[in-house]
Amino acid sequence: MSNVIQASIIKKIAMAVSGLFLIIFLFQHFVINITSVFSESIFNQFSHFMGSNFVVQFIAQPILIFGVIFHFVMGFVLDFQNRSSRKIKYVKYKGSSNASWMSRNMIISGAVVLSFLILHFYDFWIPEMNYKYVEFLPDDPNRYYDELSHKFEDLVKVVLYVISFGFLSLHLLHGFSSAFQSMGINNKYNYLVKTFTIVYAIGIPLGFSFIAIFHYLNH
Amino acid sequence: MKLKLKIWRQKNSNDKGKIVSYDIENISPDMSFLEMMDVLNEQLTSDGVDPVAFDHDCREGICGSCSMFINGEAHGPDRLVTTCQLHMRKFKDGDTIHIEPFRANSFPVIKDLVVDRSSFDRIQHAGGYISINTSGNTQDANAIPIEKNSADKAFDAATCIGCGACVATCKNSSAMLFVSAKVSQFSLLPQGKVEANDRVLNMVKQMDEEGFGNCTNTGACEVECPKGISLENIARMNRDFLKAKISS
Ligand code: HEM
Ligand code: SF4
Ligand code: FES
Repeated sequence: MSNVIQASIIKKIAMAVSGLFLIIFLFQHFVINITSVFSESIFNQFSHFMGSNFVVQFIAQPILIFGVIFHFVMGFVLDFQNRSSRKIKYVKYKGSSNASWMSRNMIISGAVVLSFLILHFYDFWIPEMNYKYVEFLPDDPNRYYDELSHKFEDLVKVVLYVISFGFLSLHLLHGFSSAFQSMGINNKYNYLVKTFTIVYAIGIPLGFSFIAIFHYLNH
Repeated sequence: MKLKLKIWRQKNSNDKGKIVSYDIENISPDMSFLEMMDVLNEQLTSDGVDPVAFDHDCREGICGSCSMFINGEAHGPDRLVTTCQLHMRKFKDGDTIHIEPFRANSFPVIKDLVVDRSSFDRIQHAGGYISINTSGNTQDANAIPIEKNSADKAFDAATCIGCGACVATCKNSSAMLFVSAKVSQFSLLPQGKVEANDRVLNMVKQMDEEGFGNCTNTGACEVECPKGISLENIARMNRDFLKAKISS
């Protein structure tokens, strides 16, 4: 196995598959969160299901955490290898003349997203784990909406979230279509992939920003 | 035209090397970049200075040897050209021009602007060929019908001249465009299909061993490639590699 993953192309494909997996997860996450804007009770029902369902908690969640860790560790490994493949740098290097900022700085946008994930885990995941599996507090199917809205009282937090969503957007503007190329998909449907990339990469982070701002203003 | 040149000078592979500035005058906008370098070298020789070493051969965009990184871009600011096909009219009077060798660990500098690209040869040797019996009873290639679309794509891939601009320009020093062109030019044709699996596995293995970086699909190679080799070739190589890996 270690021998298989040594090949550069396999690493690329693994990166693409984990990235696409995160993209699917993110969509699911968005669909649930956006309900909080329309209906407190629907949001609570969804959240309670996700938070108490055995398959979600003990199968999907570990896979997701593995996927995130795999993606960013592999991202750092690849970036390190790529940087060290040119020990003597150019005195003058005009990267902007032939490639987009997004494609050249995936490690920067990725690192911002990683910092955000740490903050996000601290905000929601750790208290949640603590509630359920450390302190074994009583099950309350209606607590989720209030917890969410309480988190967005702080303007600084809302600003941090929105900035992070901006970087997520930059990450996805390159990442989404790039993942298809990595997996060997480059054909007559390219325009569909490119269009969908723009719709998703701007739409989803914008939607998440809207949710954060909505709850801030809703106090 | 009057120009200031900032050129990478390095005596040999062990020398540290540095940028040296030269002033040059009376350059015609109709000169090619290499002719401008010739003028500079005449001037240096008459001043008793070691001329700038650079690779060149055909001077018409087919040999791929004229590797120069000009003003931060492989083969300079023009598109779909090699350095020998670049003209001085692309620059303005009074410009400062930075000239560096192609850089990558896998392309060590030999002297000044001359780099060792034998890593590309070793990749070719690992599988960039078809095995046929040439003892006199070889079948005429035209006797095998080939679908036009595949033939065109194979020909497009085969226009790669192995110049290394893709590696030089890639922020990761990835050789994927070169290798994918060399894999595709055979794998799309019936004669090349027979050894397709071994070819892609061996060439990619050699590419990795040479220490080229990993592709991150920035697309810079495709923009800087003098022959317009398409990223489609990289996607094809990725799927061929995966298929070969699974079936081997
Ligand atoms: C946790 C922090 C993250 C880090 C440090 C990170 C880092 C990276 C890096 C360095 C790359 C470029 C690697 C390459 O192209 O070879 C990359 C690609 C990618 N990332 Fe991330 N990323 C993170 C989070 C995410 C998230 C949350 C998503 C999706 C929602 C995502 C989706 C993608 C996709 C689709 C690609 C493209 C894969 C490809 O080009 O084949 N990443 N990531
Ligand atoms: S793919 Fe293009 S840039 Fe790369 S070696 Fe071939 S001709 Fe040169
Ligand atoms: S000298 Fe042959 S391609 Fe430039």
